[in-house]
Amino acid sequence: MANEGVDHGRRRFLTATTAVVGGAGALCAAVPFIKTWEPSARAKSAGAPVLADISKVEAGQMINVKWRGMPVFIVNRTAQQIDALKSLDAQLRDPSSSNSSQQPAYARNETRSIKPEWLVVVGICTHLGCSPKFFGELKPEPFDPQWKGGFYCPCHRSRYDLAGRVFSGVPAPANLPVPPYKFMPDGKHILIGVGPEGAA
Amino acid sequence: MASVFASIGNWITERAPGLMPVYRKHMTEYYAPKNFNLWYYFGSLALLVLVNQILTGIFLTMFYKPDAAAAFDSVEYIMRDVDWGWLIRYMHEVGASMFFIVVYLHMFRGLMYGSYKKPRELVWILGMLIFLTLMAEAFMGYVLPWGNMSFWGAKVIISLFGTIPWIGESLVQWIMGDYNPADATLNRFFSLHVIALPLVLLLLVVLHLAALHEVGSNNPDGVEIKKKKDPVTHIPLDGIGFHPYYTVKDLFGAGFFMIICAFIIFYQPTLGGWFLEPDNFIPANNLLTPADIKPVWYFTPFYAMLRMVPSYLDTAVWGVIVMFLGIFVLFLVPWLDRGMVKSVRYRGTGYKFGLVLFALSFLMLGAVGAGVTSEQIPKWFGPDANATTIENLFGRFWLLVYFASFGGLWAYTYFGWEKTKPVPERVTTHA
Amino acid sequence: MRKPIIAASARIGAILLGTLLICGGAIAEEGGLAPANTRVDNIASLQRGARLFFNYCSGCHSLKYVRYSRLAEDLQLSEEDVLSNFAFTGAKIGDLVVSNMPEAKAADWFGKAPPDLSVEARAKGPDWIYNYLKSFYLDETRPVGWNNTVFPGASMPNVLWELQGAQRAVFAKAKPGEDARVEKFETAIPGRQSAAEFDESARDLTAFLEYVGEPAKLKRESMGVWVILYLGFFTFLAWLLKHEYWKDVH
Repeated sequence: MANEGVDHGRRRFLTATTAVVGGAGALCAAVPFIKTWEPSARAKSAGAPVLADISKVEAGQMINVKWRGMPVFIVNRTAQQIDALKSLDAQLRDPSSSNSSQQPAYARNETRSIKPEWLVVVGICTHLGCSPKFFGELKPEPFDPQWKGGFYCPCHRSRYDLAGRVFSGVPAPANLPVPPYKFMPDGKHILIGVGPEGAA
Repeated sequence: MASVFASIGNWITERAPGLMPVYRKHMTEYYAPKNFNLWYYFGSLALLVLVNQILTGIFLTMFYKPDAAAAFDSVEYIMRDVDWGWLIRYMHEVGASMFFIVVYLHMFRGLMYGSYKKPRELVWILGMLIFLTLMAEAFMGYVLPWGNMSFWGAKVIISLFGTIPWIGESLVQWIMGDYNPADATLNRFFSLHVIALPLVLLLLVVLHLAALHEVGSNNPDGVEIKKKKDPVTHIPLDGIGFHPYYTVKDLFGAGFFMIICAFIIFYQPTLGGWFLEPDNFIPANNLLTPADIKPVWYFTPFYAMLRMVPSYLDTAVWGVIVMFLGIFVLFLVPWLDRGMVKSVRYRGTGYKFGLVLFALSFLMLGAVGAGVTSEQIPKWFGPDANATTIENLFGRFWLLVYFASFGGLWAYTYFGWEKTKPVPERVTTHA
Repeated sequence: MRKPIIAASARIGAILLGTLLICGGAIAEEGGLAPANTRVDNIASLQRGARLFFNYCSGCHSLKYVRYSRLAEDLQLSEEDVLSNFAFTGAKIGDLVVSNMPEAKAADWFGKAPPDLSVEARAKGPDWIYNYLKSFYLDETRPVGWNNTVFPGASMPNVLWELQGAQRAVFAKAKPGEDARVEKFETAIPGRQSAAEFDESARDLTAFLEYVGEPAKLKRESMGVWVILYLGFFTFLAWLLKHEYWKDVH
């Protein structure tokens, strides 16, 4: 084996080039494997936007629609319920919805909704995931003698108002999340899963 | 860059002093003969394919459902709904067949150059055990999609065990866990295919390589390079460090091999039905027997051995015995071959003739097992010819040739009929 | 330096060629089926085939591994078009193509439930499907009134008879001890399409089923070029590297 005349520079260059090209190829080859973990067409289909029929929901009533395995509460709020919202601000942890991860921009308002009458929130308590119960009527309740309507979670007693805003002094840390949603042109349906601009 | 590796090496050596010498012993200071030719690529290629099967297999297992009611659907789910699932599936399926192409060529190299001879009998035995395990692994893998060929292939192969006298029936039921290949069978095959046999395979591969490194590699001239060492360095005169010379050469071989695999995966993933049979796109149906049940191509020579032996005394076990003998006889080659010369290059004409006949008989038996002969006979002999008789004649002839090549090898070398050429002291290279 | 490589390559090439010849011989003979000559890369053909499938076939046959959304994507149709033209069963865009026919009833009515056709083209091959679609003939002895030379005793009526017309089989004289063979077809009732037009329709429907059998086919063929080009480049570099190191060895 001759050791004189070994061009180390050329060896290093070729080794480096081959390593870089090979490494790039290996990375590209890894991409399909990693991509297999993305939600499959089946998962996307099961998680597709859901059309909720609101034509028969009377004022003060709530319906529960399943979207991506989660319960979505849709409430037809009365004028009285909407008016009461302002008076609760002092008792709430985040009255102005400053936690931007809990609602899209178009729901960052007093009523946390696109239209004041319709509340659309994900019915999962932000504490440990139980489903809060709907107490829509403005009458005294055992857990709050001044109850102005909202949701009460039986697991650890967190409370939310009729805009899904969480009360202070309860275990839950955040307001009920508002999912992307939009009103259908016919006015009888809400599409849950897609926002008004088209972004999901 | 080199200094980074050096400092990592030092860090390890300070904490596990035995590790770096092991690396050197098996890579930079494993001196392999410098005259390796084309036939010597297949060992490293087999390792490459094994890695591919494991990686793609891990990912397929994330989506496949080993339930008789869901398995077929889950494979189509992978092919359609899982992003890039089709590619993973094709890589695994093509890889399975490429594994056998590479392994058969690797084994043939061993036969050609006498790599099974002393002191490498253990390497050969371990290799044969790998081959057996690989056949079981491939068989079970093919059952998993639960297509009609999966089902019927499983039924036929498992029923072979039913020919064993007295215990046959209960043995078959025990293997299947049911009265027919069913969900129970599929589930246990899944476990064996995904974890049990791969662990056995990995262990055997490690032992195979360890046994090889103990004695050093053979070469196309069959010359023992350790006999002539440099008096100062004690490095074999015809030896070169495995790293970098063969790592670099095998890298090239891997690239070339992957081009061939890419052509198949992207343009002919079923290879016209040879790698993945059309009948396997029909869900398993125990009321619908396929027109002709045949195993995947890599089992066809052995399947032919099974079919060519008739039943005697009310039992078909003789075909089963002959088929297993056909595999077992390969284990015996180190002891059948009494010749002193290793490589075909310096062996007698009779040996070369015998080797060609062995290879030919393997291919011809494969043609019989694949149903090629039964298809072609009407074309060659006319539609009125008795295809079964002709096929039996053809198949039995080549079956005899197959076993005769082993018997012949023994007699040829035992009785000293072989006239060998003088073996050189040093390896010959084309340079 | 070159000779042993050439010799070895020649050896391997010969083996491959011989094997391919055996394969080719084994595959090309399909019992005299006319080639379908489908063009699965012709989107227009697939669209026509899809329309034929959903108008004539989907009443009984499902494509239970196929989603409407995938059809929209691959056939370059809008989701609205797909839902209004293809999905008669009130399906959503992400749903699987399932026929409305209840399987148990179908088995009653036809003797055998109409099979799902998602992978039919992979099991039988496009040539078989193409010829099958063209080979129905009137047969009063069958419960559905139709028979098929490619699949004798099929329980399926000729759903495309409006397009193809109805044909009758002309039998050749039977050899002793054998059933009479169908020699040719003659038109009993003409259809809306000419023979050439119906050939196209059968081809389009076959192409659609072929696509449905393996939707990834077009993607894999177009990707393959890049993968092989890259591997060629990498192998070339690896060869240069190997050559450089092996200058040491002689």
